[in-house]
Amino acid sequence: MRVVLRLFLQCVLCLAALSAQAVSPDLLQKLAYGEADDKLAALALIVAGADESAIPLLQALADDSVQASPDTREKKIILIVKDGKGVDAVTGKAVEPLSEGLEDVVINNRVRKEITTAIAALKLASPDKAVRLAAARELQSNAEESMLPALARAVAKESDPDIKNLLALTQASIQLSTGDKPARMAAISALAASNNPSTKTLLIGLLAKKGNEFVEPDADIRAAAQRSLDTVQSKLSTGERFGQAFTGISLGSILLLAALGLAITYGLMGVINMAHGELIMVGAYSTYLVQNFFKANLSGAFDWYLLAAVPVSFAVAALVGMLLERGVIRFLYGRPLETLLATWGISLMLIQACRSIFGAQNVQVENPVWMSGGVEVMAGIILPYNRIVIIVFALFVLFMVWVMLTRTRLGLFVRAVTQNRGMAACVGVPTKRIDTVAFGLGSGIAGLAGCALSQIGNVGPDLGQSYIVDSFMVVVLGGVGQLAGTVYAAMGLGIANKFLEGVAGAVLAKICILVFIIIFIQKRPQGIFALKGRFADN
Amino acid sequence: MQRRSFLKQLTVSVSLAVAGMGATLAQAQETIKVGVLHSLSGTMAISETVLKDVALMAIDEINAKGGVLGKKLEPVVVDPASNWPLFAEKARQLISKDKVAVTFGCWTSVSRKSVLPVFEELNSLLFYPVQYEGEELSKNVYYTGAAPNQQAIPAVEYLMSKEGGGAKRWVLLGTDYVYPRTTNKILRAFLKSKGVDDKDIDEKYTPFGHSDYQTIVADIKKFAQGGKTAVVSTINGDSNVPFYKELGNAGLKAKDVPVVAFSVGEEELRGVDTKPLVGHLAAWNYFMSVKNPTNDEFKKKWAAYAKAKKLPGADKPLTNDPMEATYIGVHMWAQAAAKAKSIETDKIIPAINGQTFKAPSGLTATMDAKNHHLHKPVLIGEVKADGQFNVVWKTKGPIKAQPWSPFIAGNDKKKDEPEKK
Amino acid sequence: MAPPIPTSLFSRLYGPRGWMVVGAFALLAFVVFPVCNLVLPKDSLFYISDYRVALIGKIMCYAMVALAMDLIWGYTGILSLGHGVFFALGGYAMGMYLMRQIGLDGVYHMPLPDFMVFLDWKTLPWYWSFTEHFWYAMLLVVLVPGLLAFVFGFFAFRSRIKGVYFSIITQAMTFAFMLLFFRNDTGFGGNNGFTDFKRILDIPIATSGMRMTLFMLSAATLIGMLLMARWIVTSKLGRVLTAIRDAESRVMFSGYNPVHYKLFIWTLSAVMCGIAGALYVPQVGIINPSEMSPANSIEIAIWVALGGRGSLVGAILGAGIVNGAKSWLTVAFPEYWLFFLGALFIVVTLFLPNGVLGALQDLWSRKGGKRSDAPPAGAPTNTKVPS
Repeated sequence: MRVVLRLFLQCVLCLAALSAQAVSPDLLQKLAYGEADDKLAALALIVAGADESAIPLLQALADDSVQASPDTREKKIILIVKDGKGVDAVTGKAVEPLSEGLEDVVINNRVRKEITTAIAALKLASPDKAVRLAAARELQSNAEESMLPALARAVAKESDPDIKNLLALTQASIQLSTGDKPARMAAISALAASNNPSTKTLLIGLLAKKGNEFVEPDADIRAAAQRSLDTVQSKLSTGERFGQAFTGISLGSILLLAALGLAITYGLMGVINMAHGELIMVGAYSTYLVQNFFKANLSGAFDWYLLAAVPVSFAVAALVGMLLERGVIRFLYGRPLETLLATWGISLMLIQACRSIFGAQNVQVENPVWMSGGVEVMAGIILPYNRIVIIVFALFVLFMVWVMLTRTRLGLFVRAVTQNRGMAACVGVPTKRIDTVAFGLGSGIAGLAGCALSQIGNVGPDLGQSYIVDSFMVVVLGGVGQLAGTVYAAMGLGIANKFLEGVAGAVLAKICILVFIIIFIQKRPQGIFALKGRFADN
Repeated sequence: MQRRSFLKQLTVSVSLAVAGMGATLAQAQETIKVGVLHSLSGTMAISETVLKDVALMAIDEINAKGGVLGKKLEPVVVDPASNWPLFAEKARQLISKDKVAVTFGCWTSVSRKSVLPVFEELNSLLFYPVQYEGEELSKNVYYTGAAPNQQAIPAVEYLMSKEGGGAKRWVLLGTDYVYPRTTNKILRAFLKSKGVDDKDIDEKYTPFGHSDYQTIVADIKKFAQGGKTAVVSTINGDSNVPFYKELGNAGLKAKDVPVVAFSVGEEELRGVDTKPLVGHLAAWNYFMSVKNPTNDEFKKKWAAYAKAKKLPGADKPLTNDPMEATYIGVHMWAQAAAKAKSIETDKIIPAINGQTFKAPSGLTATMDAKNHHLHKPVLIGEVKADGQFNVVWKTKGPIKAQPWSPFIAGNDKKKDEPEKK
Repeated sequence: MAPPIPTSLFSRLYGPRGWMVVGAFALLAFVVFPVCNLVLPKDSLFYISDYRVALIGKIMCYAMVALAMDLIWGYTGILSLGHGVFFALGGYAMGMYLMRQIGLDGVYHMPLPDFMVFLDWKTLPWYWSFTEHFWYAMLLVVLVPGLLAFVFGFFAFRSRIKGVYFSIITQAMTFAFMLLFFRNDTGFGGNNGFTDFKRILDIPIATSGMRMTLFMLSAATLIGMLLMARWIVTSKLGRVLTAIRDAESRVMFSGYNPVHYKLFIWTLSAVMCGIAGALYVPQVGIINPSEMSPANSIEIAIWVALGGRGSLVGAILGAGIVNGAKSWLTVAFPEYWLFFLGALFIVVTLFLPNGVLGALQDLWSRKGGKRSDAPPAGAPTNTKVPS
């Protein structure tokens, strides 16, 4: 047995890249059964060995997909388990069936961090440039002193200037606290070029005080650190301002989506639709159902379920809306305050129906892969893909509504009916059918809002309740019946809210916004865009 | 002839009805009523509905074994609809109209504070199953959830340790109500006692139902640039989903900035895609993933019950800490009633004090002899990709609750038992 | 033409049948309930439990709010979606006094309310000064909602904000107040609000006697408010208000300044809500910012619409029906009650356009009986959709 082991070790050393078996059983045992410190020691050895073939195992560890027999057992099995199929981590052979009593190998954050760093360090040797770049990025914030040799090797070998730069920066940040003075000074000035927020942490560390004494005794180094820090900070604060503007636009686009449907049902048709929020909820739950359908039947195309969910959520919400219009609301035209009462009742029933069908808990709607994560546009600012998609989606919906209302026959009819119902009827517009269609349209747009909102927040029975007040505020502030007003109001409120939140905190910001609305209405009692014309009353 | 048969039928049916009524009356005398006071509608329904179900399951279980004192338990379920005055009204109704022997219920602190005077006035018992801020000790309430020292402090200690990442800076983030406020106050005092500066602690509050965490997450990111940072989240129920989604998308990974939450369990994660959240932490006294025979049985029972009752979500039955606490509460009360041979409040209290129950968490839960809180183990779990938790740390044994936290000034004078007798 | 205003105040308010109803209500509230609750033994068939007393006491407070809402909405045509804030402010003013009455009996045995002790506050904030005096608290109950309403109304009516615009800014107001009061730093106990009251005027609060006293006080206030509201709507002032509802411009052109009338009735309505809130808090034992939530204020409008807008008795009836149904349904059908409540709202709007009272009156007149003396259930017919 010993001999075999030694043989294996030799194999690892000479033929690492070719061997199916990646990590020596000894290290593997430590990784699987050791305490965190043992695991880290094993990892350090693996990184030092620069053995790329260890990556699958490490990745599996990081993904919680390594299982091992309890360490009390004589014969120890360590498997990489994926989709119910096991591969022996030592031999690389498939193991079927999975043996009984296997337990997950549990790692904690500390180990997980080291594993990802180790994987990155190993990947630096990859022939693929993109992989190396990603690895270098990953290393930037997490590299440690023990990796210096590996880094130095990589820098020496690296041909791509970008990656080389990144690696050099990382090297610099490690050498910041060690090495001699010229090397440190050079490292510090090199760091000024970095875009990574973690450099700030490093530089601040150099300027820290303990009691009244500076931790760093050398004044030159402190001065250089201060200079670099200023550069980094100005870069970061530009990024922050940009980020703030983005969050404002993002919130604005959400408000816009939530309010757009109401701008039609309430703004154009005059139905005080308290069930608007629940139509948003219907859209969100439709998205959830489409997601489940894809999961069960079309798992291959799962990432594109959202594209199917958009028309479905529109159709379902529009259908519910038209049913409501036919069943209840059409009896109440001209009695707007009665619609308040009836739609409030409808909203209660829809919430409870949803609770009875789907349960009171939230349901899970996953972001498709292409909407997860974000893109780093500048120093430290990551714009989440889901927010970007929602902004674009809001613009798209807005455009469609605009086209529909101004460029189609239906839109012409809708505008005619809302402006002068009697006259429209006289010239042959089927007013009743237009009412139903218009209400369905408004509801459908609420459904689209639900589809979008499911990607950033809760999907639960109370989903609609949290948007109804905001939606009414937006529509009224913009001026009832004015689509453009709704857009301005939504964007204005979103950006103002986010700006104030940065200054005063979330609660006070919201209060300020509400007070602003109250005061604004005093100045313009008909909203931003008042209907022009002569009205004695109303 | 016809007429006679009609009369006959009438007499038969009337006598049957009378007999039936008698039977129901007799039956009514043979049951013991217990109240279940959880919101089934409104904002808190999301969390509380399952507690109602688990309480009913535990009651069924006790009834299947013959009930309490030879009588079946009869649950009286009401819906206080997340409306705090309604909680007080319903509590009064349960106690004075339905004459329940004990009530299991409440989630939020405000609902407990709302019903407390009613339970004290009418001298009835409430079992409260949720982790809370402490600073309260009533003769009429048994607290089966965690006090701050059974949840918050061990979690922070863990994050400070080498194993937890050695955090130096702290963001204390919560929804603006009493539980986060008090917990953060205790934590701030605790952190200071460990040498953390005020400038390294950032306390933030968001309103109820806050759903836009962009600014907060950006602030956390900025704060984290100042050194190794951990976030302690006491964000309430519904706001967690948008918070975690934002966190995942903004690229704040657990390995860089770990978030430990005290109100996020298996149920809350049901609505979240947990893949980007792997490694974030939660501290509880129970996790569904805990491996031991009692928990296996508990999970099996719950899955069967959820299926039998066709509860929503029965296809993916989940258990969590407050459910375990409810389950322990119901059983402890039943055991105590058997021991005291009575269901009267004053007679049963001595029997509940010191009562033990083999809990699904794997240890025997003991009700403290005096302070109306459970001795519970503390577990810290990391979120896994499937929404379950890996237990990465746990206390050696059960911890005694300190409802009066020593980190709040003036509490050293507090007695560790209810004032009223 | 409306009939001329009768000269005698007594006959102006209600006819004999109306007075009989009021009298019967008073008899119930001041004789039957106290006797059945306090005198009869608990196992008597006619015993009325404390629970019922508290419940009906609570509903009477809601009825006062409904009355106030009816005055401003039903008679003047101004829909407020923020009446909850006045109710809650009255309640908070009373709550402050009740918190001070706890004295040293709180959890921490400190002179400050408990929530301030654990927020580490050393002294009471300035706005809590004098709240230990009952008279001052009562003054606040009237003044705070009144003043807020006056200032808010002054600006809003002067800017001629009407219709939904007014409704939405009242909603914004109550929402802003709710957020403000939810903050723990504001100094009103945050989400927990005020609870665990011990005494009122140094008399223990959790006794049957005190509960009955508050109950009777609520009943008396309700009757008083009803008569006052009736007096207003049957006066010349009431006619102007109705005229404003139906055609404000014409009122203006006839030489009246609607702002004064609107401001008066708006402020009065807020004060009525404040008083209702003050009576409500000691009876339910808690005041919390969720009373100011926009949904609660919408619900107030729903009570009125359900009972019959433009009829005072209808408003009271509406508050009673909705809240009674809620109390009953949440127990009888805890999992389905929202279906029933929602269906109730829909059915009422579709089939009983004049509210429950209007339907009863229609039924009455169809049977050939005389119409009751309550004002014709006037859901205003010619208020148009604000476009």
